[in-house]
Amino acid sequence: MRDLTSVALDVAKKLGASYADIRVVDKKQESVRTRNGNVESLGSSRSKGFGVRVLYDGAWGFSSSARITEDEVRRVAEEAVSIAKASATVKREKDVELAPVKPVTAKWKSECKIDPFSVKAEDKIALLLEADRLMRQNKGVRVASGNISSLREDKVFASTEGSYIEQVKTETGAGIDAMAADKGELQRRSYPTSAGGDFASRGWEFVEDMRLLDHAERVGNEAVALLTAKQCPQVVTDLVLDSSQLTLQIHESCGHPIELDRVFGQEASYAGTSFLTPEKQGTFQYGSPDVNIVADATIEGGLGSFGFDDEGVPAQRTTIVDKGIFKNYLSSRDTAAELGETSSGAMRADSWSRIPIIRMTNINLEPGDWTLDEIIKDTKEGILMETNKSWSIDDKRLNFQFGVEMAYEIKDGSIGDMLKNANYTGITYEFWRSCDAVANKDEWRLWGVPNCGKGEPGQVAHVGHGSAPARFRGVKVGVGKWQ
Amino acid sequence: MRGLLGKDEALKMAGRVIDASPGDMTEVLIRGGVSRLTRFSDNYIHQNVSDSGHSLTVKVIFGKKIGTASTNSLDEDAVKDAIEAATRVAELQKPNEDFEGIPGPEPIPEVNTFFDSTYEFSPLDRAMGVKAITERAAAKGFKAAGAYSTGASELCIANSLGVRAYNRSTQAHLRTVVMSDTGSGYADALATDVKDIDPGLVARTAVEKCEASQNPQVVPAGEYEVILEPRAVADLLSYLVRGGFSASAVREGRSFLAGRLGEKIFTDLFSFWDDGLDPRGFPMPFDLEGVPKEKVIMVDKGVAKGLLYDWKSAKKEGKRSTGHGGFGGWGPMAANLFMAPGDSTVEEMIKNTKRGILVTRFHYTNMAHPMKVLVTGMTRDGTFLVEDGKVTKPVKNFRFTESALKVFGTMDMVGKELHRSGRSVVPAIHVPAFTFTGVTEF
Repeated sequence: MRDLTSVALDVAKKLGASYADIRVVDKKQESVRTRNGNVESLGSSRSKGFGVRVLYDGAWGFSSSARITEDEVRRVAEEAVSIAKASATVKREKDVELAPVKPVTAKWKSECKIDPFSVKAEDKIALLLEADRLMRQNKGVRVASGNISSLREDKVFASTEGSYIEQVKTETGAGIDAMAADKGELQRRSYPTSAGGDFASRGWEFVEDMRLLDHAERVGNEAVALLTAKQCPQVVTDLVLDSSQLTLQIHESCGHPIELDRVFGQEASYAGTSFLTPEKQGTFQYGSPDVNIVADATIEGGLGSFGFDDEGVPAQRTTIVDKGIFKNYLSSRDTAAELGETSSGAMRADSWSRIPIIRMTNINLEPGDWTLDEIIKDTKEGILMETNKSWSIDDKRLNFQFGVEMAYEIKDGSIGDMLKNANYTGITYEFWRSCDAVANKDEWRLWGVPNCGKGEPGQVAHVGHGSAPARFRGVKVGVGKWQ
Repeated sequence: MRGLLGKDEALKMAGRVIDASPGDMTEVLIRGGVSRLTRFSDNYIHQNVSDSGHSLTVKVIFGKKIGTASTNSLDEDAVKDAIEAATRVAELQKPNEDFEGIPGPEPIPEVNTFFDSTYEFSPLDRAMGVKAITERAAAKGFKAAGAYSTGASELCIANSLGVRAYNRSTQAHLRTVVMSDTGSGYADALATDVKDIDPGLVARTAVEKCEASQNPQVVPAGEYEVILEPRAVADLLSYLVRGGFSASAVREGRSFLAGRLGEKIFTDLFSFWDDGLDPRGFPMPFDLEGVPKEKVIMVDKGVAKGLLYDWKSAKKEGKRSTGHGGFGGWGPMAANLFMAPGDSTVEEMIKNTKRGILVTRFHYTNMAHPMKVLVTGMTRDGTFLVEDGKVTKPVKNFRFTESALKVFGTMDMVGKELHRSGRSVVPAIHVPAFTFTGVTEF
């Protein structure tokens, strides 16, 4: 492989590129989906190719191809340079600069006890179909579905600065979902969370630990019970979020606004920019003193963990919010250089055919010292919300509105009636400033989100979020006309 | 042509896969092409990319046991591996009692969806288009961000019952947000032929919107008359269609249309349909099952008339597929929506508005409740207060939480001009009461 990567780097240098890198990626995936007692799909896919990124005359160019041959590598490197030349016709006065990184030769592999590709398809099917049967024991369930998927990515990165990095990452995930509908009402319940379930950089042991069958019957019953549950009231009240809904809250209102490319307007026409502008770094009160957030790409098993990012920058743990104060961004080598910093190591591409952009790693709310029971007992009147159902936030990541699958009233320190169609809304920093209780490390959990969309052409990143249940005071809930 | 297989080669390759498959039935999907994109922000190009490639997916079927596998390498060994992998998983399967077979061949209409001008558009051509925008923005002291993308793609569907469908097409899209610290404006243009895109017009529209949006004022959330420009209309329409008009969703009781087909649900002014052959959209003569696309009138003068069928949902109801199938069993999908124009202009809508909001486009919309088609999202890049028939000032962006059923059930003016937005072709509309539930800080 070194021969091929050298060809790309040599061609780019010879044509005048001041910097070049190449990624060669081989990705395979297997997935099983079941629906109402049938195997809806069982399939595998494989994608191999390479991408060459060059800096010429202070401007970027990128090209890629699925044909991994010496001639094609040469052609693609030439094309990347010619594209960079076109970029240079509409460039800034200041050329792109790269923050320094130490060149390394390294290998990294994610933890995997049981290879998910070695588990028989029959066993995966049997597990999902049994969960399907248990969900549909309640005759009110219209659609029961389940999925299991596995991914393995072999990646080689080489740069003109002398890095040569080989990484192998294995990911596994699963989830089940029940949908009930009657008399103009439709409700869903899922486990362990919505949007396909939970994922990790682990092996089959991760799916075994989920114990899908222990939860399937409850999931079906809850979907049906929600049809006749009380409507969530329109009120300003105290809100307790479970850790899976907090995952979405962190993702949308912290993870995206700390991406430095958004801050600099590079996503402006598509996903938007960020309210966390550079003058706020180090001083802005993002949340209450109970709010501590880190970006940690080094956690074993995290879906957003890796050894090195796609610029060859080592995985790091970075403080994002310290006792409520906003401290640092997620950055790349070129955006970090703008602030006179080094890269936080967050550049990732979702395939060989895409250029790396700044992506979340594992963005985690650090645990506090409460238990969920203590938080509920300490709440006179409020609502407990669980598992995300819908999400929307403005293009600077300030005004958000999130809906959940299920909620419960909290009255005088006890859980009360089940509520349906619950949602809540707020302004990001006002919401995090209202946080006055975070549960402890025993209730802290790391979740994997395999569907974070960003960029043009669109890329889907696999990221992680750790959190424990938390309370927010005085939140507007029950938005919209529901009758 | 570099990056494209062409009809003969694609169909030959699909035929070889079918011949080599041991299945009782086999389906093959080959798709790919070239995709090029120039991205800019802060008035300079910060990303410039090109990629090309294909994927081949094979579905091997034994009785009612189905296995699929895909590869992005089209060399002989990789394709052989994919056939073997699909065969292996099909053999391991349990029979899918829901399986209704695969379609046979039908004549496929010809549509011209490929333009050499778009295929040959170079990085330098794109840079010149970008320059037209950045220079106009910079002249006003604004910053422009956006993207100019062009691409050529091909799709080939074949099966062992004789389906042999191939189409190639081109797409071009120029979009920009022009910004200052106190306002922004959006404009875009979509075409199959890049010659139909006028970067100067896109630049002028976005810069004018940005100028008009400076220093927005806070107007409280609440119920307002609203004028929705076409991009916002297309966004809401997509939620009405998603799930709502799928025959399988209706059969499973998860659509608002369950038991209501034939009812007058919307205003007389509302008619829309899906037409895969209309060149005003992005034509595609067949679906991902290789079935020719039929024009389906979904709502006619407010009456819910037609549903979208794929092969499976059609077989279950003893009907014909309308050519709206996917390859992965997601159920029928719309891809070429058209809404009937009315007889108003946006200026007339403004003139007829006592106190309302003019919306350029929405941002990050999401379904809050599928049966009520309750949608939430934000306004963006040009939101204005209209008072006594005039646009009086820019306003800070709103959050809305509103039912698309109500919007298309009560709209009382419809634009005479149609605009291509995403895969829809729609007019602007005026709605007498629209619910904004929050305000943001810009």
